[in-house]
Amino acid sequence: MVEKLHWIPSIGAEWHLGVDGISLFLLVLTTLLTVLCLLASWHTIHERVQEYHFFFLLLEAGMIGVFAALDLFVFYVMWEVMLVPMFFLIGVWGGQRRLYATIKFFLFTMAGSVLMLAGILYMYFHTVDPETGRNTFNLLLATSQSNYAIDVQRWLFLAFGLAFAIKVPLFPLHTWLPDAHTEAPTAGSVILAGVLLKMGTYGFLRFCLPMFPQATLEFVPWISWLSLIGITYGALVAMVQKDMKKLVAYSSVAHLGFVMLGTFALNQQGLTGSLLQQINHGISTGALFLLVGVVYERRHTRIIADYGGVAKVMPVYAALFMIVALSSIGLPITNGFVGEFLILMGAFASNKLYGVIATSGVILAAVYLLWMYQRVFYGQIVHEENSKLRDITLFEAAPILVLIVLAIWIGVYPDPILARMEPSLQLLLEKFQQGEFSQLQGVLPR
Amino acid sequence: MLDQLYLIPLFPLLGVLLNTFVLRGKPEKLVGGVAAAMVGASFVVAASCFFALLGMPPEARHFEQDLFRWIVVGNFAAEASFLADPLSMIMMLIVTGVSFLIHVYSIGYMHGDEGFRKFFVYLNLFVFFMLLLVMGSNYLVMFVGWEGVGLCSYLLIGFWYTDELKASAGKKAFIMNRIGDFGFLLAIFLIWTTFGTINFREIEPMAQAYPLGAGVITGICLLLFTGATGKSAQLPLYTWLPDAMAGPTPVSALIHAATMVTAGVYMIARSNFLFSLSPVAMEVVAWVGALTALFAATIGLVQTDIKKVLAYSTVSQLGFMFLACGVGAYTAAVFHLMTHAFFKGLLFLGSGSVIHGMSNEQDIRLMGGLKSKMPSTYWTFLVGTLAIAGIPGLAGFFSKDEILWKTYESHHVVLWAIGLTAAFCTAFYMFRLLYLTFFGKFRGSKAQEHHVHESPKLMTVPLMVLAVLSAIGGYIGMPHALGGHNYFHEWLSPLIAEHGEGHGGGQAGVPTAEYVLMFASVAIALIGILLARSWYLGKSSRVESLGKSGLQRLLYNKYWVDQIYDNMISKPLVQASEIFARYVDQGTVDGAVNGIGTTVSSFGGLVRRVQTGVVQNYAVMMGMGTVLLLGALIWSVLG
Repeated sequence: MVEKLHWIPSIGAEWHLGVDGISLFLLVLTTLLTVLCLLASWHTIHERVQEYHFFFLLLEAGMIGVFAALDLFVFYVMWEVMLVPMFFLIGVWGGQRRLYATIKFFLFTMAGSVLMLAGILYMYFHTVDPETGRNTFNLLLATSQSNYAIDVQRWLFLAFGLAFAIKVPLFPLHTWLPDAHTEAPTAGSVILAGVLLKMGTYGFLRFCLPMFPQATLEFVPWISWLSLIGITYGALVAMVQKDMKKLVAYSSVAHLGFVMLGTFALNQQGLTGSLLQQINHGISTGALFLLVGVVYERRHTRIIADYGGVAKVMPVYAALFMIVALSSIGLPITNGFVGEFLILMGAFASNKLYGVIATSGVILAAVYLLWMYQRVFYGQIVHEENSKLRDITLFEAAPILVLIVLAIWIGVYPDPILARMEPSLQLLLEKFQQGEFSQLQGVLPR
Repeated sequence: MLDQLYLIPLFPLLGVLLNTFVLRGKPEKLVGGVAAAMVGASFVVAASCFFALLGMPPEARHFEQDLFRWIVVGNFAAEASFLADPLSMIMMLIVTGVSFLIHVYSIGYMHGDEGFRKFFVYLNLFVFFMLLLVMGSNYLVMFVGWEGVGLCSYLLIGFWYTDELKASAGKKAFIMNRIGDFGFLLAIFLIWTTFGTINFREIEPMAQAYPLGAGVITGICLLLFTGATGKSAQLPLYTWLPDAMAGPTPVSALIHAATMVTAGVYMIARSNFLFSLSPVAMEVVAWVGALTALFAATIGLVQTDIKKVLAYSTVSQLGFMFLACGVGAYTAAVFHLMTHAFFKGLLFLGSGSVIHGMSNEQDIRLMGGLKSKMPSTYWTFLVGTLAIAGIPGLAGFFSKDEILWKTYESHHVVLWAIGLTAAFCTAFYMFRLLYLTFFGKFRGSKAQEHHVHESPKLMTVPLMVLAVLSAIGGYIGMPHALGGHNYFHEWLSPLIAEHGEGHGGGQAGVPTAEYVLMFASVAIALIGILLARSWYLGKSSRVESLGKSGLQRLLYNKYWVDQIYDNMISKPLVQASEIFARYVDQGTVDGAVNGIGTTVSSFGGLVRRVQTGVVQNYAVMMGMGTVLLLGALIWSVLG
């Protein structure tokens, strides 16, 4: 599906939007999470309610724009537009260290996008619209005409890749994330983790892989190793966090490591798993942040040690938390398993060592989440304040229940989703069929 | 009837849903009754499927039911599909049958517990996953069940979660299992990259094309076995199982004795066509099994907690099953799996009955003389003890003896000796347990003595049923040497081709060696029993000195393995992570970024001075700029 209007014809920029199997589910995720977030903020945002919703909807528009843009100019504008509302959402409605966090977030992202702009301009001057004979920002043309020499590919890959890697975030560019996630209001964290990080991984799929395939092949070891470090390092650091939200934030580093690894496995299983896992991470981590928000509203602390024995007073909440945690751990019949399994299998097929190291990350995910779960929910109630906690209300639970239903649905019957992703990814992979990848394919049995 | 195969796991799942959503706040009898009825229904369906299968010619006994496309991507395909063949059928019957009895028992045991409904939800969920595990027609469905039972085990071990220790035990079990699962997952990947499929039926003919001892097959087998060591509590991943005794006793009986922990044995038996191609892997399996059998049995000699004794005994018996797999006697392994499900399920439920009667006391030093107070429990427990000790005529004798015989027959004399020693220990610690619990004088408190009572019928009837099975269950696998007909071998023979073809010792009619070995193992069991009798029957002095001497302390503290793991793995890992979090993340990476930030802002501070806000300065600057540009233009034109 494509929508195309003339926007700034003088420079060849058009209002050109479209959807394919890669962006479809990211768009669904974006719109769904936004609605759920607004529901979740219903009772929790009391100040400047109007502005809050203004920024939130502007953010949504930006995110949709990024995923749907088929014009480099639109893409860049949307990429930047979405930065502003996020900056204010953290800076105005955030936690105690919100200013530090939001400026750090802003600077990191800006640093990346400057180089990306240079890359976009370079491509603009090398893309010609056959109808008008003039340069154009058309993304489809830019992709089809992208026969850059290898050294140009390298530079362009780096220019785009840095912007995306910061967003993902790829180790060691991840340090903005724990601060931003922790200080943002609950809904902000959900969107940050659920959608904003995916703009980076989506960027790799939309730009780096199809436009700079040779450079991509060259960078596979680099990105794979950084992803592997992210998987283990993120999990280990998550394990020793004292703040629940920080723990979830670091778990995102590990999860996104899986996503990147799957993408750069450059085979059907890895790519499909990676794309599915982007959705899954939005669902599971989004739900985790919503859940943390529920107790934060009651106790105004996120420190794990301030809880303990909560399962006794909030049994329904404890049960929901358990299900969501399991989906994040990637237990079978939840969404996380399908995505992780495909990624790991893809990684293993393309490089056994990567597969083995990444699979060990599966153990660690269980360690940090279950340990937190135990400290928050099990044992006796040691803090008097916790003995009268009200269990989760239906209103609070509703968005989480929606996400849980999705998580189990994807875990049990992912076929409709996988089938829609596959053709677009297959198309993407054809770029690599002539290169090294075709040899790899030959090894794999049919 | 086989078309209704999907109903077998569906019933317990239905039980989960009913008890979660519909039966809130309903009376215990209804909640427990529905849960048990669901499992009972599964058993009925499984039994009718069994007869349907029995009615087919042996080679045709294979039925796959595809439910839907589960994960299909590129050239990888995993269907959600079930399999009914002789091996999975046996497992289905054991799982649903034993589960049903334990569900009934639990209605009595869990009476009055706050989490009564939750308990049955978990228990039903467990049965569902266990059935997926044994019914899956490919490794991935098996893996779903595999992880699922691990989850239920975690939830049920930590069932009384307000006790920090119990919650920790659950977590430990989950994580240790995950270490094993890591191996299982890798095995699945390697199977797929090697064969291009993960379906059992499709792999089998392809595997035959590989030569004996092919490296990749050995790799697959060792990875699978890693998974098995986690789930089935073998060296070195066994330490979670004794801790798992923190769960309610029916859970110990069902999950940590009869069904889940035998999943590793089932997995290897299922993959026998792979293992048989890898002598190296077989040797590893046999040695790990034998050493685990002995190692755990020695620890069992001195434990004082009634459930801990049984737990180490389970680890040890599982070792026997792996020993059997390792020497190629898969049928014997599955046979022992079945008889063990009967007698160990019985023993655990019996211990639960004792604990119930003793007001939650688990220390055998504080028991004694319960024989007259709990007669049904005593008699059934006695049957279980005789069965596990290997007294001729009872189920355990046939299966254990077959394993030892097969080990010897395959020229593993050392392994046979280890197995025999473990069998001796088994007889000793079981009778020690029996004497300390049921004989002599009562050593508990006055309040306990006043309170001791026999358990209700809901609990004793399942005990009796299991006692009957423990007594006669062995006759379907009677060796030919004793003039029996080995139905068990015949049933499994289409699936499991054993080298040597010495089914049940039917080797060319010269069973002399088999008689000698049989006699040896009976003799050694009797010696163990007599030794236990002379040491513990009516001698309370022995009881008090338990755990005093050096060797006993070593055994009592389980060779300090837990402490070693804790100090060598857990603590260093946490410390390293602390360093990562504090210094690497906050210091190096973030420090660099903040450093750049400071540099930029101090540079900005310098540049800021240019921006004075005085209009005249700007005008001067503009003028200078214009002059410079003009100059450059003129220069370039002239040049």
